[in-house]
This record gives sequence, C-alpha cells and structure tokens, in this order.
Amino acid sequence: MVSMMGSRAGWRRRAVVLLLVAVSLSAMPATLAAAAAADSVEAGREAEQHTERISGSAGDVLEDNPVGRLKVFIYDLPRKYNKKMVTKDSRCLNHMFAAEIFMHRFLLSSAVRTLNPKEADWFYAPVYTTCDLTPAGLPLPFKSPRVMRSAIQYISNKWPYWNRTDGADHFFVAPHDFGACFHYQEEKAIERGILPLLQRATLVQTFGQENHVCLKEGSIIIPPYAPPQKMQAHLIPPDTPRSIFVYFRGLFYDTGNDPEGGYYARGARASLWENFKNNPLFDISTDHPPTYYEDMQRAVFCLCPLGWAPWSPRLVEAVVFGCIPVIIADDIVLPFADAIPWEEIGVFVEEKDVPKLDTILTSMPIDDILRKQRLLANPSMKQAMLFPQPAQPRDAFHQILNGLARKLPHPEGVYLQPGEKRLNWTAGPVGDLKAW
Amino acid sequence: MMKSLLPQSQLRRAAAAGRSSGGGAASGGADGAGSDGGAGGRAPAASTFWFLLHALCCLVSLFLGFRFSRLLFFLLFSTSELYSTSSSSSAVLRATTTTTTTTTTTTTTTNTFTLSFAATSNPPPSTLANHTALDSAAAGTSGHTQSHVVVGRHGIRIRPWPHPDPVEVMRAHRIMERVQEEQRRWYGVKEPRQVLVVTPTYSRAFQALHLTGLLHSLRNVPYPLTWIVVEAGGTTNATASLLARSGLTIVHIPFPDRMPHDWADRHATENRMRLHSLRVIRERKMDGVIVFADDSNVHSMELFDEVQKVQWMGAVSVGILAHTGAADQPRLSEEDKQNMPLPVQGPACNSSGQLAGWHTFNSLPFTGKTATVVGEAAPVLPRGLEWAGFVLNSRMLWKEAEGKPDWVKDLDAVGENGEEVENPLILLNDPSSVEPLGNCGKKVLLWWLRVEARADSKFPQGWVIEPPLEVVVPAKRTPWPETTAEHSSELLNTKQDQEDRRLSRTNRSSRSRSTTKRKGGVQGQEN
Repeated sequence: MVSMMGSRAGWRRRAVVLLLVAVSLSAMPATLAAAAAADSVEAGREAEQHTERISGSAGDVLEDNPVGRLKVFIYDLPRKYNKKMVTKDSRCLNHMFAAEIFMHRFLLSSAVRTLNPKEADWFYAPVYTTCDLTPAGLPLPFKSPRVMRSAIQYISNKWPYWNRTDGADHFFVAPHDFGACFHYQEEKAIERGILPLLQRATLVQTFGQENHVCLKEGSIIIPPYAPPQKMQAHLIPPDTPRSIFVYFRGLFYDTGNDPEGGYYARGARASLWENFKNNPLFDISTDHPPTYYEDMQRAVFCLCPLGWAPWSPRLVEAVVFGCIPVIIADDIVLPFADAIPWEEIGVFVEEKDVPKLDTILTSMPIDDILRKQRLLANPSMKQAMLFPQPAQPRDAFHQILNGLARKLPHPEGVYLQPGEKRLNWTAGPVGDLKAW
Repeated sequence: MMKSLLPQSQLRRAAAAGRSSGGGAASGGADGAGSDGGAGGRAPAASTFWFLLHALCCLVSLFLGFRFSRLLFFLLFSTSELYSTSSSSSAVLRATTTTTTTTTTTTTTTNTFTLSFAATSNPPPSTLANHTALDSAAAGTSGHTQSHVVVGRHGIRIRPWPHPDPVEVMRAHRIMERVQEEQRRWYGVKEPRQVLVVTPTYSRAFQALHLTGLLHSLRNVPYPLTWIVVEAGGTTNATASLLARSGLTIVHIPFPDRMPHDWADRHATENRMRLHSLRVIRERKMDGVIVFADDSNVHSMELFDEVQKVQWMGAVSVGILAHTGAADQPRLSEEDKQNMPLPVQGPACNSSGQLAGWHTFNSLPFTGKTATVVGEAAPVLPRGLEWAGFVLNSRMLWKEAEGKPDWVKDLDAVGENGEEVENPLILLNDPSSVEPLGNCGKKVLLWWLRVEARADSKFPQGWVIEPPLEVVVPAKRTPWPETTAEHSSELLNTKQDQEDRRLSRTNRSSRSRSTTKRKGGVQGQEN
C-alpha cells in the first residue's frame, strides 16, 4: 500500500512507520528495565525487612511444590503393621518418632498419591517400626527388623513391584535413633548395620552422620517430630528482647546408663557442664521448666548437642523459636541438607572445641549473627521443620516429597533383569529371620 | 594406681599356688601362669591350670575393672590382629584422654594420657583415620572413607580455667544489645511519635515528692517527649525550678484558679486544667500522643510503648490504690471482702477483642468513709473514669486533621458552659470507638494514687533550709569512736562546758542566744 503512494511520499511514510516501530521497540526495553528496577527495589525492600530467602545446594527449592512432580503408590498393608500398633498404644502419636505415622496419614490424602501402581514413581509401605513402646514410652527396636522383613515379604509376594527393582524405587520411613539399624545402642546398631533387605530402598530417617554405617547414601534426612500446636501455643510477642545469651535444658550425665561418664554424648555434654556451669552467659541446667519454649524465644543461641544419637527435637524447637542453633555433633547430617544451607543458619562447633565455646560464640561477627537471625525468621524455614496436621504447604511432608522428586528420574540400574536378584534374603542375624 | 595393687595380688596368688612368679606387672604373673601351664603337660595339671587361669582372670578383673582387664588380656593374648572382628573390644581400642575431676570446690585438673598399643605402630590420636569400630561391621558398606568419629568412651574435656572471661562477657553483652536493637527495629514501633504528657499540679508539701517521681519516669521514656505542666494558682518559682532541673522539654502553663481544699472540687479543677492544656495543645498544633499523667500516679515504661499504638483514642487499665494506710481501715464484712472486685479501671473486651464496656472501681465498700478534705486520713477514691486511663492522638483535637473521625466532638463545644468534664469520653460523640490497649486491658500499665498532706502543712520553700533551723536536740556524741563510755562522756561534758564558757565570753555582743547555742553545738561536734 505504501509503495503505491508514489516513491517520495511512500518513502516518507515508510520512514514514519519505521520510526514508530523503533520508538515502540525502544520503549519496550525501557519498560523491561523499569520492571527490573521494580524487581530490584522489591528485593532491596525485602532485604531491609527481617527475613532472607533460603537456598541450599540444590538451589532455591525450599518453596517448591511437589504436586505434579511425582506419584506415590501406597501399599495396603494389613492393620497389624500400622493401625493396630497405634490402637494398642496411642503414645506413638506424640513422641518424637511420630513422623512415620503422620507421613502415612498425609500421603493417604495427598495429591501425589496414585491408586494405579503402574504409573507410580515411588512406592511406600507404611510400616510403623517405632511403635512398640515400653511402659515408660521408649520404643523397643528388637522386633522392628522382623516386622520390616515380614512387611517386605508380604509386598513382594502380593505385588510384583518389589521384585521388579528389588526395592530400589520404594521408600520407608525409619525415624528411630539410628535409622534402619534398629537399635538404640550405637555399637550394636553399627554391628547390625542397615537391614539387608533395605539395601536398595530409599530411607527417610532422622539419623544422619557422615560415613556412618547407619546412613545410606541417598537417604533423606528429616527433622524429628515436634508437636506444632504445642509450640504455637507458647509463642510470645516477637519484640520481647532476647536477653539470654546461651540456653540449654537437658541432661549432661546419663547416670542411669553411663554411670562412669564419657560414653553419653561422647563426653561433650559433660564437658559443657563442667566448663560453663559457672558462666552467667550460659543458662544451662537439667531443669524441666514450664517456660521452656518461652525461654528459647528469649535466647540468642540454643545449644543442640548430641545425646545417645546426634539428632534431637531441639533443632526443630530452636528453628521455630528463632534461636540460633549451636550444633555440637561431629559429622552430623542435618535435615534436608540439600535444600537448607545449615552452615549459614546454625553454628557448628566440634566436640573437641566445646571448652572454647564461649570464645567461639562471643567472637562471632555481629553481622553473621544478625544474618542468621534473618534466615531463621523466614517462615518457610520454620514451616519446613514442622509436621502440622492437616498438612500445610512447604511443611516437612512436602520437603520429603521434594526430596523424593529430586531423585527422579530413577537411574539406569534400578530395574533389574528378569530373574536377576540383588538382595540376600538370608543375610543378617539369625533372630531377624524369624517370622513375625 | 590400679597397677600397684597387682603385684600383691599376683604374689599372693603365686604364693598360694606355689608357683614362681615375677613381681610387678600382671603380665608377669600371667606369663608365669602360662609358662607354668605349658611346662606341666599332665592332664590334671592342665585342668588345674585352666582353673587357676580362670581364677586369676577373675581376680584381675576384680581389681582392674572389667573393661580394662578385658583390654589387657586381649592385648596379651592377641597377636598382630589388634583390630579383629570381636565386637566387644573393638570399640574401645583407641587412645583415650581421661580427666580427673575432683568434685569439691578445688580446681579440676586434666590429665591426658594415651594408651599406646605395643603391637603395631602407634598412630597419634588425631589421625585416627583408619581406626574405627566401623571396620567390624562393615558388611555391605565398604569402600567409603572412614569416619573419625568413634563410638566408645571419650574423655571429658575441661579447660584449666573454666570461668568467664570479662572481655568475652562484655562482647556478649554488646552482641545482645545489638540483637535487641534489631528486634526493636523489626518488631517494635516503626515511627515513634512524640509523647505529650499533661500534668496538672499545684504547689504544696507533697508536690516535690510527686513531681520528682514523675520526672524520673519521664526521663526514662525512649521517645521524644514534651511535658505540659499546668499549675493551679499561676506558675511558681518552686515548680519552675523543679521542672528546669529535669532536662526535659517543658511547657509550663499557668492556670488562674487556686486549687481548692476539697477533693471533689479538686477533681473538678484538675479536669478543667486538663481541658485547658488540651486547648493549648490545639493552639500550638502539637503533634503526638497525649498521656494524662497525674503527678501522684506511677507509670510503667510499657505504658509509653503501648500508647504508641493508639490511632485516635485509646484506653488502658489503671490500678486504683485507694487506701491511705490509716489506722482504722474500713471494716469490711466477709461478704464485702469476697465481692471486692479488682481495683482496676479500664476497658473491658468481649471475646473477639473489641471494646464491650468499662471496668470501674467499686467504691461501695468505702461509702461514708472516704476523705472529703485534702490531707484527711481516709481513703481517696477516684470518681467514675479517671483521665489517667485514656490516651489521645493530638490530631484529634486539631481543627483540621487528615483522617479525623467524625465521632470526635470539636474541643470548643466541650466544657464551654462550665459543665462538668468528668472524663475524656465527653470529647467523643460515640464512646464505643475507643481502642483498648495493653492486651485488651489485661495489662495494668499505671497506678492511680492520691497521697497528700493537709493543705496548711508547712514545708521549706523549694526544699532548701533557709533561714537555718533552730536546734531541737543538741548533739551529744562525736563522730569518733569513744575509748570508754563514761570517761569520754565526762570529757565531752567538760569540753562542752569549756566551749560554752569560752564562747559566752567571746560572743557576748550582738549574736543571739540561739546562734551561740548552735555554734556551740556545731563546735562540740567538730571536737
């Protein structure tokens, strides 16, 4: 049309059109730049606010939504493996090992659940191995290997999916002291090792220590269960000034099981007591105060030393209450370590450095401390440590699913050739082979 | 320590068994036993040997403790395989550090000693890369690097001086200060507003007491503050000098009427004084939160933090302290005592946290026994709702202010016709829009008290003693310790008399008798 106008006029019109196009094009990067500027202002404002985004080694994955990224099939095990145990002793729902029960309940009604095993990426067998409690409420792990073995036998006989991969695309929740080693005493647990039948499966456990027998590669470490409602009920106004420097409540010597000392906590807790019992900056004692949660919210540092096992609900409590966790457990692997950069959030002190703990803590640069507090104030961080009922977005259940999703797609060696067998069904102590 | 017991046990054992044994170490004894056992090849000797060896082992473990003796025997009877798969002892095989702690108040000493194993080369404790109990149970998990964290007994590390270092304590306190500052910045008041404190006062005996207390409270308020003091009977130098010493920003307003001697009238006058100061605030367009601080009240610091949250008009809970501590308290019946409500005036909230009504002080138990005249020894009660329990946003008083709600009356319309201004609710058209502060009135943030002397009680002007007072009781004692009571009092009396005589001789002239006496008294003291 332009060309029909005659050469000179058409040229002018074309120039005008080109000019208009050029103007509009130049306007676009301007708007993009404005948008970018707005973004950076937004980010700047956020930095001025009191939280900071958390991104771990796997990237900024704390706020991912696992729905749509994986499918989980739940085996329908007989009641004796799960529900009957809870009915027998309902204390299982309140102790720190309750994650296995709540994970099962969450998955039953979750969007990632599929009823068609053919399209499932992961298979879950709900076996409650830490629900056999003593009268005092401590879980006895002596029958757990047999229970687990019996469950695996059941699912391998009833469904073909276990034998297809020898369990490599199955996951189990083992929240006991030393995970799937199923013993509370570390020496015995090491001696037993992880249950041989679980050699290829993925374990979701609370125990994590580097280069330890009871931590399999590819396991997902989760926080222990801490009752979210109870913690919510004890929140105090956030402008209550933090006036306790270091806070700890718990045992230093386990005189019942370790009368000579030196065994419990590898001597670290005893060392804490002996070095800092006279130090007014350290509010440490064996009391059980009713204001335990409130006191944590008034403290700057909360000690999380190892006990008989390196993990404890103290870490969860410290994170929820905004108190910087001081982790005294050599080689510990903390929950969701690929999603949460624990080095930036907590303070790690080696057990041999416990006598110098006051020097270490007081010589930390104040900017580090404030940054750690900002990271802890991030609500996603607190959510990721909790198991709320009903489940909420970004909570620990979702982090577990995220972890499972990050392991997808399954690597090559997962599917076995027909007739090929990797597991040794007769390995392990003789007592484990008895039927349950 | 333990090893010293061994020679005796071994010797005893050896002597009893009629065997030659080396002195010293258990190894000697054991070797002796072993060699002897090896020498005799007859069956009964062999069985006795094993029996005796068993007994020997029991005895050794009795003295050494099970673990140590187990360790020792393991050492002795094993060859080069120190790290065999016997699970019981593998865990203990590393250099350990032990500490000796004395549980009394004496210092704890740390002795670190390492057990070295003679069999293989002794790796120092720090590089225990290869020595781990994991070896024993490394069934399926082999091939990864060994951990240096070992199960078993560890030493309890205690440093030589386990006490706080003052430099570190200071650093810790600075850290906490900084953390609290950040907390205030994040969660505290974002933009602190000026606090305008309105105090009606008048010159009387207790004025200095009350104003000093209030002064100190206000000096501690961390927000910018202006103290508006309205004085009945005009401004006086005494009040002005007291206020000038405070270091606060003062607005000293005179009020023409004198303060009456009657509590009821006094309340009314105070109310008019407060209204007057509100008018001044409006004139000068002062901006901030108005707090009514009566001079005899006591305020907590949280009150000033809480009032920063007020939008237009807020109410706080006031603790009413009505007793004067007189000898005859109002005699309350048992029923009265039970029904006695809390002495609090403040907002009452419903379950959703909104203002539902008011708690007021129940003056029924006190009927007929209250003070009418200022300074009377009887309880002084508040009337209705006290002004002290309310806070205002000064913009509420301005003629034009942004966002000023329409349920606020214009200040001119209030108190014009000399009507009684009982409480600040009169400033509102709609009293239900008052905001309850202090956790919905649950927290009592200030206390209301009226303590006064009689209106005619004397007190030194400005609390400076001028002219000097008459001596009532001459001093009889010197400040110095006395040698003997009698002797020194004798001395003193003689000295006094001498001084008096000397003085009376020299100061005969114009000095008045009282002055001499005082000087004598003073000089007596100086001696």
